[in-house]
Formats: sequence, C-alpha cells, structure tokens
Amino acid sequence: MPHMNIIQAINSGLNHAMEHDKSVVVMGEDIGRFGGVFRATLGLQERFGDDRVIDTPLSEGGIIGTAIGMALNGLKPVAEIQFSDFIFPAFDQIVNEAAKMRYRSGGEWTVPMVIRTPSGGGIRGGLYHSQSPETYFAHTPGLKVVMPSNPYDAKGLLLESIEDPDPVIFFEPKRVYRAAQGEVPDEAYRIPIGKASIVREGTDLTLVSWGAMVQEATKAAEQAAEQNINCEVIDLRSLVPWDVDTVIESVQKTGRAVIVYEAPRTLGFGTEIISQIMEDAFDSLEAPIARVTGYDTPFPYTLEHDYLPLANRILPAIIETATYA
Amino acid sequence: MADSVTPIDIKSKKQEMLQFLNPDGTFVREDLPEISDDDLLELFRQIVRIRVLEDRMVKLQRQGRIGFYIGTNGEEVTHVCAAYALRDTDLIFPAYREVGPALYRGFPLQTFVDQLFGNADDNSKGRQMPNHHSGREFNLMSISSPVGTQIPQCTGSAWAAKIRGLDQVSLCFFGDGTSSEGDFHVGLNFAAVYKVPAIFVLRNNGWAISEPTTVQTATATFHVKAKAYGMPGIRVDGNDVYAMTKAVRDAAERARRGEGPTLIEAVTYRLGPHSTSDDPSKYRSQDEYDQHTHLEPLVRLRKLLQAKGLVTDESEKQIAETISTEIINAVNTAESKSRPSIDSMFEDVFADLTPSLKKQQAYARRFDT
Repeated sequence: MPHMNIIQAINSGLNHAMEHDKSVVVMGEDIGRFGGVFRATLGLQERFGDDRVIDTPLSEGGIIGTAIGMALNGLKPVAEIQFSDFIFPAFDQIVNEAAKMRYRSGGEWTVPMVIRTPSGGGIRGGLYHSQSPETYFAHTPGLKVVMPSNPYDAKGLLLESIEDPDPVIFFEPKRVYRAAQGEVPDEAYRIPIGKASIVREGTDLTLVSWGAMVQEATKAAEQAAEQNINCEVIDLRSLVPWDVDTVIESVQKTGRAVIVYEAPRTLGFGTEIISQIMEDAFDSLEAPIARVTGYDTPFPYTLEHDYLPLANRILPAIIETATYA
Repeated sequence: MADSVTPIDIKSKKQEMLQFLNPDGTFVREDLPEISDDDLLELFRQIVRIRVLEDRMVKLQRQGRIGFYIGTNGEEVTHVCAAYALRDTDLIFPAYREVGPALYRGFPLQTFVDQLFGNADDNSKGRQMPNHHSGREFNLMSISSPVGTQIPQCTGSAWAAKIRGLDQVSLCFFGDGTSSEGDFHVGLNFAAVYKVPAIFVLRNNGWAISEPTTVQTATATFHVKAKAYGMPGIRVDGNDVYAMTKAVRDAAERARRGEGPTLIEAVTYRLGPHSTSDDPSKYRSQDEYDQHTHLEPLVRLRKLLQAKGLVTDESEKQIAETISTEIINAVNTAESKSRPSIDSMFEDVFADLTPSLKKQQAYARRFDT
C-alpha cells in the first residue's frame, strides 16, 4: 500500500473523484496551472483540462457564489479557499445560501458541493494564515463540517464529502499536511461523516480532539501512560454531525474527560461537547471536564507555539483531571 | 442601437435608451422586434393578472390575513418580457420582486398563494416570508432575501451549462440598489472572464427602499458598468414590451452563440412602496410619483392594443374578473389548509436527519399543540 502524506492523499482522492464522476469540477485560486499553493491539486489540470480544473479570479465570495450556481445546475464543485482565514468574504454565500438552499426551497434545490480549506496554526502564518474558524460553520444549520487528522481519513472523508448531497466544509489541518503520514490505498474508499475514530484505547480518561491537535493529544496520552494514566484518544473527524455516542460511551467508561482544540477558548466547539457530556453522562463523571485550547486572542505570529494547546499543556490537564478526587 | 431619449430618466439627464413604444402607445421607431398579436395580448393579460394579484394581496395584508407582500406595480414588463424572450428550459434567478416569470411559466396560482400563507401545501413548507417562491419544475430558482446573492449563483449556473454542453441560458434579476453589493461585481466579473451564457437584468426602478439611485452610484446610468467588466451593457425602457423583449432576446442569442454575458439596465419606476411595510410618502414627492404614472407600462400597452383592436375596456375587465375569481378561490382554499407539521421543521436541513436533529424533533413533538 502506498505511503502518503495528507496532501498526497487529498490529491489521490480528487483524482479518483474526477476520473469517475464527470460532474466533479475543482476550482479556486492558483489550483489549476500551479497545482495549488500547498500542491493539493497538482497535475489535475493537465489530466482533466481547464474546463474542470479552474483557476478563478481572486474572490472567495465569487468562488463560493459561482460554485453554488454550478451545484444548482448539475455539477459537483470542489472549491478551494486557499486559507480558511480568507473564507469570510464568502461567509454570506456559505451561511445564507449554500446552507439554506435545501431548506428554503422545501428540498427542490440542493447544493452538493465541498469547500476544501486549510486551517489551523503552527506554520508561522500569523494572524491571517492560522485561524481555526470551524465553530462559525458548525453553528450554521445545513452545513456539514469535517476535519480529518491523517492521510487515510483525509482521502476517505473527502470522497464521502464529494458524494454527500449537501454542502460540506472540509477543513484540512495544514500544520500536519506533510508531517502526518501513513498507508493510503490507491483505490477509492469512503469514511462516513459523523463517525469518530478511537485512535488509542484507554480506561482512565477520555481525550477528545480533531484536526491537527489529535497528534498532540496522542503524544500527551503516550506521556501520560508513562505515569500509569491510560487515556482513550478520540479523533472526532467531523463536527457536524459529530459522534456523540462514541464520546459518551467512552466517558461512561472512564469517568473523566479532557477536550483539546486550537480555536479560541470561548465558544470553541469543545464547549458543545462538554455540554453534551453533562447532559448524557453526568452520573459517570468523577472529575470536572477540562479543556485545553487556543486563547481568546487573535492568532499570534512569534508566540504561535505558546498559543497552541500542544502536548506540554495537554499533559498537566490530563494529570489534574485523572487525579481529581 | 438606441436612437431615442428617455422621458423617464429620474435624474432628468438625457441618456440613450432603447425604446420602441411611446407612453401614448405610438411607436418611436418602426423596426419593431417580432411580437405576434397573440403574444402581445398574452403579455397584456399577464400584466393585468399581476396587477390584480398585487391589489388583492395588499388588501389581504392590510386585513392581517397574510403577513407581508412585495409588489411590482409599474415594473411588470421588466420581468414578464424577460420570461417571454427566454425558453422555458432557461434558468431564471429571481429576486423577491419578480413574480412575472413564475406566472408566465405556469407556476400554479394556488401554490403561489399557499406560499404567501405558508401553509402545509406551500412547496417550501412554510419556511420563507411571502414572495419567496421556489419553482424547480419551471426552472425558477429559490428566492433569497439578502440582495445580490443570486448574481454569482446565476454566473455559476451559466458556467455549469457551458461545462456540461447544455444549450441553456441563466438569467438573474436584481435592483439598482443591489448593484452596490460585492456580489454584483463578483458575479459580473467571473461571468465575463469565463464568457458564460448569463444575462443580468438590473431593474432600475429609481428607489432602493428610501434611497434614490444617486445614493447607489456616481455614474449617470447603470449600464455603463458593464464596460469595465468587458461585456456589453444595454439600457432599455423597461416599461416597453418591445424594448425589453428585444434586449433579452439579443442577449440570449449572444449567450447561445458562446459570446458571453450581457448586462441589461431596464429603466422603470417603483410605483408602489418597497413592500407592505414601507411608506414612500416619507421620502419621495407626490410630483415625482404623478409624473411616472403617465409612463407606466400597462397604460401604453393598453393604448397600443386598443388601437390595434385587440383589447377593449370590456375585455380587460373580463381578464381582471377571471383572475380575481381565481384569486378569491385560491385564498379561500389556502386559508382552510393546515399549517406545516412540527416534524417538517426538521426536514430538509440535510437530505437526512442527523442523530441530533432526530432528538430535537422528538423533543419538539412534546410541545405540538
């Protein structure tokens, strides 16, 4: 089985989708001739032509607005927003149009499209190449929100997202774009949206994360194991819908939970997870639920590794929660 | 192209405008685009229908029986003739003020009224305010409230037709105020760069709620904006069935020939308020209004058709009475229908209910009265 990083896995998924479904088009800034600033669309235009692999004018609102129109008229666009920090000019089209089209038309008109966008910090990108805006979109009924953490999931979730009949925002964890590597089948396979994966089984504490922070949570879990704290690490893989059952079952088993996300602390998606645990697993809890998060500041340039909830901040939270009595 | 001067430029600047039919029903020029007498009569009938419908619906709103209505009094030709000039297979992206294409294409009056009431038979399940119809069967896009969002979508739809090799044009409507939105720039720019078969119909009706066109643009007209995008822009008398039909026909032919998009500025006037929630006496003069009542589209079409012997006061009355009866029946039927089910509130967020939506649906049922 080939060894790939996340970018290669996404490229493999796009190649497969375009080859097997003529209605799939790929569009965005620099994605055609150049193959994308992160090279995720490399070679697609040579292979499938510039009708289906489209370099667009520089307008995120235009990319998403026209992609919606394409989806309304029989195509399945996969639109790239170069950095998720740049997605906001398209916010109205995403939140008011793509997300609401099926609902407002009573199911007559639908928008089967995927918005791929790199997100998260840790690449020396400063304020505007580092943000984690997933909460804005998870808060909008009608959007599916997916965020893989590794190459295998990236390809399987991308192919599932392209098949999905509704708009999907596909956040790619750019900090581990190349660092996360693994075996990825050449052929197509799909991973259902809404199914978490248990990255590491454990009995003492449940660690929940998504995207690039899954790697950090796993690292912290390994360090905790050296102190005889056995963590279960859950990679949520998607936020809308999210796998409540897997998280609740795990917390019922461990009685303790730590949520890790790199978005700003206040109203990050972890707050929803904590709320759900309180509703469904309160009787099982043996300690307050902790969260390790980004701060309520814009994403800083020089101090980015101090901002991110890396293993060095996750481990103390694990120990504190695991030893709470 | 145009050899006449507009009598209805609200800024009183002389601007070239394509025009065939004078306000008194005589012709400005003789090289008329082909519109058969039958078609003229049908266009007339459609406009009368829309007038009567609006009159009844506004009364209904005043009586508190529907929540809201957006009229199109005086602007009917801009959208009725656009639908007439297109093929039924062409996609239309209306804003909330263009009811013409729906009625012209046969969208059932009952479904239209059911939507105003938001009852269980509304095909969008009571989810939107009045005047926000969806008509997939008639190639009519679902209507949004935020202005301008349909412009880049229309571009994308036309682009899809080009990529898929369909012989199909996409047309969108929007008002003069909407030309200030970013989506106007974006939609026209993308369309011109990729030469997609799209038609952009800007209804310049003089007002965006309380703001006159001078608040929207520093240019004397709107059609000149097309030049900067690299597409033809044409300014037409939007109250003239011949001018409007010709402009859309020409644009559609260009689009079908692969020559790309066109911007049409249809000059008209909003005789009514923005909506039933608006009171124009607060911001515009009676004088201005009075001037425009002489220029409105029904008057001149009536004069022409009467001169041609196609319409009499009596036959017009009959058209109005027929639609009036249809409306009364549709309203009575709509009022007797139940509201949408609580369950339906959770449908169509996605193709299938997520586990979380299923739980919320079950919870909401407990409070169903």
